[in-house]
Amino acid sequence: MASDFRFIRMKPARIVITGVGLAAPNGNSLAEFRKNLLTGVAGIERIDVRYMGSQLAGVCHFDPLRYQKKKEVRVGTRAGSVSIYCAREALADSRVAFDSLPKDRIGIYIGCTEHGNVETENEIYNISKFSYETKYWSHYHNPRTVANNPAGETSLNLGVTGPAYTIGAACAAGNLGLVHATQMLRLGEVDFAICGGVSESIHTFGIFAGFKSQNALATHAEPARASRPFDRARNGIVISEGGCLYTLERLEDAQARGAKIYAEIAGYHVNSDASDYVLPNPQRQAECIRAALRRAGLSPAEIHLINTHATATPLGDIQECEAIRSVFGEGCPETWINNTKSFIGHAMGAAGALELAGNLPSFEDLTVHPTINVDDLDPACALPGLVLNQPRRVSRIDTILNNSFGMLGINSTLIVRRFLP
Amino acid sequence: MTKDECKKLVLDIIADIAPDEDLSNVKPDVRLRDQLQLDSMDFLDIVMELRKRHGIEVPEADYMQLASLDSSAEYLTPRFNALADKR
Repeated sequence: MASDFRFIRMKPARIVITGVGLAAPNGNSLAEFRKNLLTGVAGIERIDVRYMGSQLAGVCHFDPLRYQKKKEVRVGTRAGSVSIYCAREALADSRVAFDSLPKDRIGIYIGCTEHGNVETENEIYNISKFSYETKYWSHYHNPRTVANNPAGETSLNLGVTGPAYTIGAACAAGNLGLVHATQMLRLGEVDFAICGGVSESIHTFGIFAGFKSQNALATHAEPARASRPFDRARNGIVISEGGCLYTLERLEDAQARGAKIYAEIAGYHVNSDASDYVLPNPQRQAECIRAALRRAGLSPAEIHLINTHATATPLGDIQECEAIRSVFGEGCPETWINNTKSFIGHAMGAAGALELAGNLPSFEDLTVHPTINVDDLDPACALPGLVLNQPRRVSRIDTILNNSFGMLGINSTLIVRRFLP
Repeated sequence: MTKDECKKLVLDIIADIAPDEDLSNVKPDVRLRDQLQLDSMDFLDIVMELRKRHGIEVPEADYMQLASLDSSAEYLTPRFNALADKR
């Protein structure tokens, strides 16, 4: 490992994924998550949301006390607990000798859709019990609500003294965590990265109320069937919490320690619509996908699996399909397409990272997990290669393209490839 | 309220703000910080919980009175009793 800038070079360093830690509504480990994705087990339930009553949500059921003291849980945030759980699980999975890593050469880069709403709402509710007298406002409010909170809590828990911060990128944030870590490793800023995305969004009523006011909150009598991208009867988003953090390393470092390599970062791109606060822009999405393909040096036909961002809003799903159709057309017979939100809802800042994780095992089992809950495929979403309701065993998965888009028009596409030395 | 009852109320608060600590052998005459893992934010929690649960205000200049259980009881018991009288 190096503490200088010798990794800046004309040919970028190869960056590989060596560990995965996750908390999903239907699994607390990659193995459990993958098993449920292949057997059609969704993770949506009803929860009581302040001021709004019963709502559909994806809830994680990991044990925060596995890696935190009770006091840390009390003082910290849910996003902090999710981050710490995922980081610790990723480190264990990577089998890196963490104690011997220089802690100032580790970077923590965590994507978030938003942070601080949960804690602010809680405090306003708290002082409402005391006639809104602000002397009852918690002295923990500021450390809980600073935008770097999830990464900062993780650095405290791990004793990491390198850069640790969050990346605010709406629902594209999970991908952005990996993209940023790749860039920092290539720049030689750090030698080891913990990166991905987290969300505590189900603990703020504001996001539920906001989507409801936007007519974009899913309803369904059966929670497990509520998130249904591409179905003609889809009626909105199921909000979820969750997290997924990876360990990323330069290839030579990973090989030097004999690490298991899940995948190599092949390409990525991030761009902006510059067209609307909430409405997607398929032209910019297509530009994002094309730019990521160019960086990866791949043609559309060389992509074997596309994980769509589709959130089950009537318009958004069609627009992403339009973008994918414009890039992949009809001439990609080996390109399969799926959607992980149909199982876990929309995990916001964690979505991109979690959905990539759910598909990574495809390199090993050559199986594409399906998009579930599609009873009546919307013809406008009928892309060739869409895998619906049942997993599909395929002959080849060497590349995965992961789309994650967000409000204010931020688009991200991340491509990973099977690792070949 | 007796001083022992007051100590019990303070310990109840500490049990909530320091849930990992074993409070069965807290020595009343020893500084809380010297026997428990409590930092300045935790002492602010004690002050906040006294305010929320019992309507007791501890001005910043008096924070040092909460150093030990004994000093807390010495300082707080008359305030609890004055409050009770007022009610």
